[in-house]
Amino acid sequence: MKKSRILMIVGSLMLLSLFIYPLWNIQLEAPQYPIPLGMYIHINKITDEQPHDVKNINLMNHYVGMQEIPEHMLEFDLFPPIIIGMAILGVLIGFKGGYKWFLGWFILMSALGAAGMYDFYLWEYEYGHNLDPKAIMKFINPDGTQMGFQPPVFGSKVILNFVAHSYPATGAYTLLTGMLMTLIAFFIGKKELKKT
Amino acid sequence: MLKQALYGLAMASFVLTSCGGPAAESGKKATSGALSGSAAEKVYVAPGEYDEFYAFISGGFSGQLAVYGLPSGRLFRVIPVFSQDPEKGYGYNEETKPLLNTSHGFVPWGDAHHPDISQTAGKVDGRWVFINENNTPRIARVSLKTFETEEIIEIPNSAGNHSSSFVTENSEYVVAGTRFSVPVPQRDMPINEAKGNFKGSLSFLSIDQEDGDMDLAFQIRMPGFDYDLSHPGRGKSHGWFFFTTYNTEEAHTLLEVNASQNDKDFIAAVNWKYAEQLIAEGKFEEETTNYAENEWDHHTHMATTTMKKKVKVLDASKIPGLVYFLPTPKSPHGCDVSPDGEYIIGSGKLAAELTAHSFTKMLKAIEDKAFDGEQYGIPVLQYEAVNAGAVKNPGLGPLHTEFDGKGNAYTTFFISSEVVKWKLGTWEVVDRQPCYYSVGHLMIPGGNSREPFGKYLVAMNKITKDRYLSTGPEVCQSAQLYDITGEKMELLLDFPTIGEPHYAAGCPKDLIHDKTTKLFKLEENNHPYVTKSEREAKVVREGNDVHIYMTMIRSHFAPDNIEGVRVGDRVFFHITNLEQDYDVPHGFSMIGANTAELLIMPGRTETSMWYPKQVGVWPFYCTDFCSALHQEMQGYVRVSPKGASTPLTWTLDDDPLQ
Repeated sequence: MKKSRILMIVGSLMLLSLFIYPLWNIQLEAPQYPIPLGMYIHINKITDEQPHDVKNINLMNHYVGMQEIPEHMLEFDLFPPIIIGMAILGVLIGFKGGYKWFLGWFILMSALGAAGMYDFYLWEYEYGHNLDPKAIMKFINPDGTQMGFQPPVFGSKVILNFVAHSYPATGAYTLLTGMLMTLIAFFIGKKELKKT
Repeated sequence: MLKQALYGLAMASFVLTSCGGPAAESGKKATSGALSGSAAEKVYVAPGEYDEFYAFISGGFSGQLAVYGLPSGRLFRVIPVFSQDPEKGYGYNEETKPLLNTSHGFVPWGDAHHPDISQTAGKVDGRWVFINENNTPRIARVSLKTFETEEIIEIPNSAGNHSSSFVTENSEYVVAGTRFSVPVPQRDMPINEAKGNFKGSLSFLSIDQEDGDMDLAFQIRMPGFDYDLSHPGRGKSHGWFFFTTYNTEEAHTLLEVNASQNDKDFIAAVNWKYAEQLIAEGKFEEETTNYAENEWDHHTHMATTTMKKKVKVLDASKIPGLVYFLPTPKSPHGCDVSPDGEYIIGSGKLAAELTAHSFTKMLKAIEDKAFDGEQYGIPVLQYEAVNAGAVKNPGLGPLHTEFDGKGNAYTTFFISSEVVKWKLGTWEVVDRQPCYYSVGHLMIPGGNSREPFGKYLVAMNKITKDRYLSTGPEVCQSAQLYDITGEKMELLLDFPTIGEPHYAAGCPKDLIHDKTTKLFKLEENNHPYVTKSEREAKVVREGNDVHIYMTMIRSHFAPDNIEGVRVGDRVFFHITNLEQDYDVPHGFSMIGANTAELLIMPGRTETSMWYPKQVGVWPFYCTDFCSALHQEMQGYVRVSPKGASTPLTWTLDDDPLQ
């Protein structure tokens, strides 16, 4: 089989690693938490970094009226079939499709990824701003608006006594590697066609 | 320029302090001077850094066990063992009360003496620390994962459990002995007929290697001497246990005179491997007795008491080869075995020399039947046949010896108030340093093992007098830390201790520090009155008993309003701490309750009993500053008159929880 097809197949199969590895990691560091509280965001669940971290993040956040981190979200239902679908599609293209299809798959996947990140941002915004009106502690920004507690999508940010760190986790790297492989498959496929 | 100025300053202070005034001449200030700078550095543990060793120092008449760091001498925790501790609810809450049960009923206080860390292959292993109670004979086992007392077992047919609680080199057994011989079994008899009629017991408690569970495996019935201290054989002498005796005169009154008449008392050498064999072969007598075995259950988070009625007994007077007596001058106290197991050091309290017996010579003497008569059928070995040597004129009032693993021994001298370093084998004194004042025991981490960590020595003093800021007639007890890495010992630090520090055990931090329990898993909590979520909280009336199933989490109780309790009820608060985070305990106290607070660790359930006596609305609150809203962590119980028909309700935020 041609190198480009192998790359395309393996690259799209790497999407399935998202069923094992988390996509994103958010950590909350504070003087009282020398070992930061942390959670992993998977395509189908949110898990503890250290045992009981999600419970303890909820406990911290209830003081400022934030909602609990949901055990279930619509995204948990949507993401797994999309990922499986894209993996299958990628494998089929790998076997049957021309190299232009490889690029098509890559663009589609990139669009889906961007949509996913935007969705993540929307959830974070909602999570950080939908505050209980009976919140124990209310904080006001200098401009008089209600302070939100939205963690960054990417990077680190000081939120009151916490420093929130939000960075890609293993799954994001395997996903990117897989996508990169499909892009390389496109270029190699193009070359292979010229040679023949 | 700056460098030179600093150098000049340093030189000036050197001259000032080393020339000294009257202060430097009085031995009390002997540590100030040129060395004080380096001594301070040696004990300084910077903020956020850890000590190198744990030291478990007995709390003596406090009944507890105190945990310190070395070299800083900082006190981390007082583990309640034999005495109630209202701060922790220990011995007050329903879960820990059974730990203090004995055949005499509930005993709220004890006299804790000699902690010893469990061993594997002759090395301290940091699993458990054992400690004995002298007054009502008991041995406790403390977990070094939770730093809590997990088991207390009473020793029957004994009184004054002093020669205890030392462990064998694979933690096969932990021992107990009798300091005050008594009639066995107890009976009504004239005191002045003690001689020949009172008995001693040496008890061997087996240790389960998985969970540490102690069982009274057997007792060896001994003549009615006073059994003072003991240590296990190790290496070549593994299988033997050595106990010092005094009052071999068997006096029953004015012992200070009447028990100090014999030139030599004994070290009893007990062949416990042989005893084990006799027990296995069924060659023992089973006696009826009564003693309490109190054990903590990790699943239910509570202790239970079992009264045991039988004990297996071996009579040393009737079984040849089980026990031999090694003559040892003048009421020996400490009985210490060198790391290689060869030398048995007897510290004759009233003797002019320190006695070292040889294990090899002892075996030879037994083989050659080099006996010098017998006592109650137990052979007395010839002194010359077993003695390896003596440290001549070492000091006054030797008490206890430990070893550094480099061929040196260190002995405390109570009367001359000093620690003396001497060499094993040559018996020559190498160094002596004063103690402030009247040192009792000393401890080198791992000192009772094949591999001592010969870096620090802790001397535990009986008297402090003017050593610290005065606190009225009762002043603190103290310990002193010496650096023993050099030829000369160097006093580094004084630090106060709780109760009276009789003895201690120490080990490197790495054996314990990273393995401790951080919290108890809620899903594994099988307490019969556990409440695992707020929705499960409830109040149940059973006649006059009211059971409140309550939870606590930052920063509220659930329920926090309870109505329908009546005067004359007996109310149980069964409170579960729902936290699953490290270092987030919550406390609980009820106004007017005739008991101590509860201090509940994450994931644990504890029970406080309350008898409401007055009509009204009575608050309860969290006693441990748990969170920013700790001050708001409170609730009310409405108490109605006896016979009132107030309905039983329990709510949080005015919502019924069920």
